Amino acid sequence: MRKSVVLFVIGIVVAAVLAAGCGGTKQEPAKQAAQTFELNISAAVSLKDALTEIQTKYQAKAPNVKLVYNLGASGSLQRQIEQGAPADIFISAAPKQMNDLEAKNLVDKATRKNLVKNKLVLIIPKDSKLEINKFEDVKSDGVQKIAVGETAVVPAGQYTQQALQKLGIWESVKDKAVFAKDVRTVLSYVETGNTEAGFVYKTDAVSSQKSKIVATAPEGSHEPIVYPAAILAGTKNHKAAEEFMAYLNSDESKAVFEKYGFTMSK
Amino acid sequence: MVDLHPVLLSIQVASISLVFVFLVGVAAAYVMQKMEFAGKAVLEALFVMPLVMPPVVTGFLLLLLIGKQGPVGKILGEQFGVQLIFTPYAAILAGTVVSFPLMYQSTKAAFANVDHTLEEAARTLGAGEWRVFLTVTLPLAWQGLVAGLILSFSRALGEFGATIMVAGNIPGKTQTLPLAIYFAAESNDLTLAGLYVLIISLITFSLIFWLNLWTKSKGAAGKRIF
Repeated sequence: MRKSVVLFVIGIVVAAVLAAGCGGTKQEPAKQAAQTFELNISAAVSLKDALTEIQTKYQAKAPNVKLVYNLGASGSLQRQIEQGAPADIFISAAPKQMNDLEAKNLVDKATRKNLVKNKLVLIIPKDSKLEINKFEDVKSDGVQKIAVGETAVVPAGQYTQQALQKLGIWESVKDKAVFAKDVRTVLSYVETGNTEAGFVYKTDAVSSQKSKIVATAPEGSHEPIVYPAAILAGTKNHKAAEEFMAYLNSDESKAVFEKYGFTMSK
Repeated sequence: MVDLHPVLLSIQVASISLVFVFLVGVAAAYVMQKMEFAGKAVLEALFVMPLVMPPVVTGFLLLLLIGKQGPVGKILGEQFGVQLIFTPYAAILAGTVVSFPLMYQSTKAAFANVDHTLEEAARTLGAGEWRVFLTVTLPLAWQGLVAGLILSFSRALGEFGATIMVAGNIPGKTQTLPLAIYFAAESNDLTLAGLYVLIISLITFSLIFWLNLWTKSKGAAGKRIF
């Protein structure tokens, strides 16, 4: 018994040393380069894949700037910033969180800009044999359950409700709806074939191998899904932050965002 | 008017889970206590897994298992026309799975604490294994069993992560009390959330309070379970 405890502790220590070792080797080149500094970016987690690719590209352009991402739910990021977490740029998945920060004067208003847009799409399992080509088709009998984000809590659920109300089919969808606690759950319900259809963001659907997009909500059928970005008032690297913001709006970034299913905001 | 459906549903789900968890938990504890076989340690670890795994992970595994395309779900659907997923039965399954380790652990400990010379005595007097279990082991282990039952019931009553994965969140159908609390709190309806919290707290509190009174009045061992 005692022997196994000792072994367990040794194992943990070895793992910790190894982990620290890996971290160390990564940081070394950064230390060597002159005047390297970090730019902290708090961004909605749905931007993860696009921002990771942009990070690699930007590193080549501005080698002295080290981009550090803090990815999470927009609401959590907002609270972190309010509590004084170090951040130079904030990219939110909805205007609300940015508005709240702006009201508290934590954001440099002049720099705020809608970065990208997302779309609401209808997805079905990849191997589905049902004839579903437009939103109205989910009313058919073959569709027993439809996954939707919870309408009071999940933004994607709110957009779905708006779009379907506009089409006049919300009431019949509601009877078949399973209300998920986040949009990722909607995706896994559809991917595993447990619901015949679901409503998610285009960016979620693009990265999914086991589901396919069959219809996109028309422009204006719901509130626009925009991702506002802004430099924070507390930044010490205003110039570098401005340069990166400009890069986010460049053609090179545009190509990356579009690859992952976003559309650029005008 | 407060919608009481989640309250009733949760009590039903937890009660029915309790029946299953009692039968399976006692049987598993008995077998593990009495028998030696290859791979016992592995099975033992597997039994406790639902306790230490995040409930969402348990829920996801259940979803893969009993979902429409899952191995169990497919057989149930094609052979019997039964669909578990997104029904209250899925909530019962989730409640049973997550509370099983609590019942199993309590029962196993209770069986281990039974004075085995008494069981031996019964055997020498000609009692069969079944009779020994029913008339000697079980009555001597009852306190541990009741503790396991209370823990299991409370755990099933409060189950969230696995339930929301397999039973889904369908108001008026599969929305249990913890789900109703979560969505009420997240949508900032703190009055409703608070009310539900009060109800669930009252249920669990009175259960344990009553249990302590009851064990005291029984006197026999005189010890409180909690």
